[in-house]
Amino acid sequence: MSDKLLEVKDLRISAYNDDKQEIPIVKGVSFDIYPGQVVALIGESGSGKTTISLSSLAYTKPGLEIVGGEVLLNGEDVITAAPVRQREIRGAKAAYLAQSAAATFNPAITIGEQVTESAVLHGVLTQEQATKRAVELYHALELPEPDRIGNRYPHQVSGGQLQRLMAAMALCGKPDLLVLDEPTTALDVTTQIEVLKAFKKVIREENAAAIYVTHDLAVVAQIADHIVVLYSGEIMEQGSAEQIINNPGHAYTKRLMDAVRPKPVAGMGSEVGAEHDRELAAVKVEHMTAGYGKGAGGGPAVTILRDINVEVRNAHVVGVIGESGCGKSTLARVMAGLLPQAEGKVILEGVELKGDLHDRKLEELQKIQFVFQMADTALNPKQTIGDILGRPLEFYHGISGKAKHQKVAEILDMVELPADFASRYPMELSGGQKQRINMARSLAANPEVMLCDEVTSALDSIVGANVIKLLTKLRDETGVSFVFISHDLSTVASFADEIVVLYAGRVVEQGPTDEVLTPPFHPYTRLLISSVPELRIGWLEDTMKKREMAVGIAKGVEITAVGCPFYNRCPMGIDGTCNKQAVPVRELEDGHQISCHLSIEELQQAEVDTRQILQGYEKAGEESAAKPIGA
Amino acid sequence: MTEINTTKEQEVLAKLDTFDELPDAPPKRRIKLTWVGKVSVAVVVFWLIIVVIGPYIAPFHEMDIEGDDGFLDAYSGEYGTFYLGTDYLGRDTFSRVLFGARNTIGISLLSTLLAYVMGITLGILAAVKGGWIDMIISRINDAILALPTIMLGLIVIAALGSSIPILIGTAAVIYATSVFRIARALGQDIMVQDFVEAAKARGEGIWWIIRAEVLPNAAMPLATDFGLRLVFVVLFISSLSFLGLGVQPPASDWGSMVRENLAGLTYGSYAAIWPALSIATFTIAVNLIVDDISAKSGGSLAKKMV
Amino acid sequence: MMTQMVLRRIAIGFATLWVVSVIVFLATSILPGDVAQIILGQSATPETLAALRAELGMDQPGYIRYFSWLGNMVSGDLGISKAGGATISSLIGGRLGNTMMMAGIVALISIPISVALGLWAAMHPGTWLDRVVTFVTLSLISVPEFFIATVLVLILAVELHWLPSTAYMTGNETFLQLLKALAMPLITLVIVVSAQMIRMTRAGILNVMSSPYIEMAILKGVPRRRIILRHAFFNAIGPIVNVIALNLAYLVSGVVIVETIFAYPGLAKLMIDGVQTRDLPLVQACAMIFCGTYVVLILIADIASILSNPRLRQPK
Repeated sequence: MSDKLLEVKDLRISAYNDDKQEIPIVKGVSFDIYPGQVVALIGESGSGKTTISLSSLAYTKPGLEIVGGEVLLNGEDVITAAPVRQREIRGAKAAYLAQSAAATFNPAITIGEQVTESAVLHGVLTQEQATKRAVELYHALELPEPDRIGNRYPHQVSGGQLQRLMAAMALCGKPDLLVLDEPTTALDVTTQIEVLKAFKKVIREENAAAIYVTHDLAVVAQIADHIVVLYSGEIMEQGSAEQIINNPGHAYTKRLMDAVRPKPVAGMGSEVGAEHDRELAAVKVEHMTAGYGKGAGGGPAVTILRDINVEVRNAHVVGVIGESGCGKSTLARVMAGLLPQAEGKVILEGVELKGDLHDRKLEELQKIQFVFQMADTALNPKQTIGDILGRPLEFYHGISGKAKHQKVAEILDMVELPADFASRYPMELSGGQKQRINMARSLAANPEVMLCDEVTSALDSIVGANVIKLLTKLRDETGVSFVFISHDLSTVASFADEIVVLYAGRVVEQGPTDEVLTPPFHPYTRLLISSVPELRIGWLEDTMKKREMAVGIAKGVEITAVGCPFYNRCPMGIDGTCNKQAVPVRELEDGHQISCHLSIEELQQAEVDTRQILQGYEKAGEESAAKPIGA
Repeated sequence: MTEINTTKEQEVLAKLDTFDELPDAPPKRRIKLTWVGKVSVAVVVFWLIIVVIGPYIAPFHEMDIEGDDGFLDAYSGEYGTFYLGTDYLGRDTFSRVLFGARNTIGISLLSTLLAYVMGITLGILAAVKGGWIDMIISRINDAILALPTIMLGLIVIAALGSSIPILIGTAAVIYATSVFRIARALGQDIMVQDFVEAAKARGEGIWWIIRAEVLPNAAMPLATDFGLRLVFVVLFISSLSFLGLGVQPPASDWGSMVRENLAGLTYGSYAAIWPALSIATFTIAVNLIVDDISAKSGGSLAKKMV
Repeated sequence: MMTQMVLRRIAIGFATLWVVSVIVFLATSILPGDVAQIILGQSATPETLAALRAELGMDQPGYIRYFSWLGNMVSGDLGISKAGGATISSLIGGRLGNTMMMAGIVALISIPISVALGLWAAMHPGTWLDRVVTFVTLSLISVPEFFIATVLVLILAVELHWLPSTAYMTGNETFLQLLKALAMPLITLVIVVSAQMIRMTRAGILNVMSSPYIEMAILKGVPRRRIILRHAFFNAIGPIVNVIALNLAYLVSGVVIVETIFAYPGLAKLMIDGVQTRDLPLVQACAMIFCGTYVVLILIADIASILSNPRLRQPK
């Protein structure tokens, strides 16, 4: 069948370890790609998706070898082709976009030269033609200063821009096949939209075929025509995007979808058992300001958080949301005493705590426990699990010897791991298991409050979802309160009792989950909710029409001392008020607060307006002929 | 129509439910030596044994002038067999080499150990405490490091004399500077790890953190460095001896022996070669072991280029 | 930004030089042996000894002596050799020239060879030639310089009689004789310096070659030659210059041994003789020259690293 662009037939790839043993990575994978089609390879880490995608370029990472099967690009088997022929194909017929743009560009060569290099070397274009085409691509990708950006060096542009420049580099030579390897995974949610939109547009315009590798089903729903679901080097299910998303067949696919994205709407949040409810808040933060360094006038040189007021009730889960740099981690650190606050108080069960943990009492330290994001670095690689879990028991409770072993086994059981793990070392565990141990260590101290700093952000979706289930179970059984910090709204919304929304160091909205997720919203909350990709085809197009997107994405985050920090991105900002005056806190029911100069009525009205605009678009869309998605 | 692979469905689900996940990294292999490494280990062990038993198995005492004359080739005479001939005074080269192992290797080992104790203590201290303690020690360290080692050794020895304790002390101080740098860098790297912060958050004291968190993680890299450092010290001390500033005659030390017998080369005597060769076998072997242990596995990109 | 870093590094260099001078002065001041005694001999009376010491300025407190010495150094007056009475400058002059000539020739020969071999080995890792190069260089850096010198003397002088075993020069040799006299110390130093340089060049280039942007270049189908010459090369220049400067600095130490073995009339030999005779000012002057050169070379190495970092060359 020669009209297929790429035919992968029973591909097998293995790794060889130091003892020369073969470890199969890809165990017989077959799929096809037609010209102009976007095929998504979905899977978690270890599924082999990157390895498979690289094989279409006749490339394997050092240490891996292709041991069987065929990869036919335009009918030609690239695996058995001569090395020189393989080199000709790379960059010309098939081009690669890596996950990390920073690692892709040579810091010593200008961007323009690197973007046009491949096209010129393969004889597809002359240097002038290539440069001209590059600038056209920069325009199409909505990069700033498209005529001059080519003369810059990689370190002079931002991460999101580099990501798009990578796309320009891949497309310059007009390849038949594009391989995109998790290109938006490392980006913030609001940046991700921008980049996704640019990619989709440019892929359509070039009529290129693409392999899109990712673990995020919602992202894939926006851009793929055909989906291949991978697990451990084998295909679990494949079919058209519509079918897989709306009607998944394989149990693994279903699991994946459950784990990835429940839409953050009202009606989520779990029930708190009555037996754990108490009058006194577990931990409270009042008028807290914190930052780093020493500035003039005694305050911090760089202020991260301003005037924070948060209350965590007993056995409640409080989710703290924000994007990178908003100060959410700093909040947890101040609570834990890792960073003393410059102003304000941290109050534990009615008692005010000293800012620096060195000044706090042992019982105070024991009651607030901090769980780190990266379990890899949070566990000492030279200590056994038993030692790691046993130390808090010794240190806080004076338990040792046989009683300690017993308790360690109990704790392991609580986090659903077998008791024999106590003799293992961290490097023998998987990411999810390490994170459980991380939490188990905090549990061992028998705390009142556990501060979880992005504990699922580095984990695969299914693994992370399991950790969240564990969290909820622990809360129900032990009555521990949780502060759950994350940048992922849907994860937090699915199980938190209250949500705190942080932007540029200030609380812009907080309250019970249900309340926060129903209108009226703070404009930033609105933007966040809209930015989370839904597991729905066509979501991207709808979202781009909302005016928040147009205004909100283009600007960066500004940390301001005066007025509202969201002003420069807010579609409803009022000059003279929002950027100059201190922001009032509007109170709604049940402790729901919004910090905005606009009144509640105005915010409600804005919501109504947006809906009307959307309906207008939908009507217009039905009337005009839209280009169908998929070949 | 979607294609569904149902054969593995139950298995996959079972794995997901029991959190049977693969470890992130394959288990580290134990230290594996190639044949080169193994031979080197044998050589090093051999010399270490000689350091201990050398004087007891030597046919002659190091200072005995029993040979008929100086610079003779191997021969058997009325006093015994001179396996490697005699040196410039008529002493048995073979015996002196055996005796010399103690001085050359023994002194070097002591110096290196001392350098390590000093360097690690100060280095970890500087890394953990930081602040002005770190700055002062680092500046002094940099100044000493800024000087060529032989030059420094030369001056100090010339000033203070070349007794064995001074020799050990000088070498120790000079090479402690490199150990300091490495220990400090390691210490700093480890101190910023999350698990150290977790320990601090727990309320652990600084000594516990050093003992239980920092040192176990610094042990392996430091151990590898020990081999490299030992070689440098051996070269340093034997070079000083060669210049006449190290171990003084009539004690036997491989570096001094080369110096004493150098003139014999023109007469065709190999008396200077044997001690030099001994040094070489020892230091090359140690370096080969270190090289072997630190060999990186995995492919390289160079092969992928066309 | 970058000029700032470079200037800062130079300032640190000056500070180091100053500290070095203090150390040299201190170390040499504690050399036992009274120079006055040596000059006047055994029969001197205590009064004449005291008078001479006063004249030599030895009775003044330490820091005054230090600063006057420093002042003299900087202005070019290196003092008078106590043991002989000649000015140190005149003594050093010729010797310094000799040492620098040898160092210069060594550098000229070893730099191109080492960079070329190191580059070649890095581009063909794992081949038998690369393994031979690795093993040989490892062995060469593991052994003391005098070992190499001794073996060379054995082979080239004793067995083969090609070259003389010392570098004794009277000043009126023919060019060929001169060459022959210099050959052995030269060859020794070239071997010693090259071994280290080859290893470090190879490591530096291998490091650059394993950067992720190199993999990207492969994935773009860039041919090998261009990857090396265009992508890798410019990122490797900094490390290579760094390696060269560092090894020239090591040359300073290597010279000491070689001049001793071959009785080469260079600066190091002068200094060692001065140590034997406790000629304080001579030793101080020589030590300062050696140490100062060493510090300057390390400074150049560091500056090369700074300059070659593209992030600093083109600020945001």
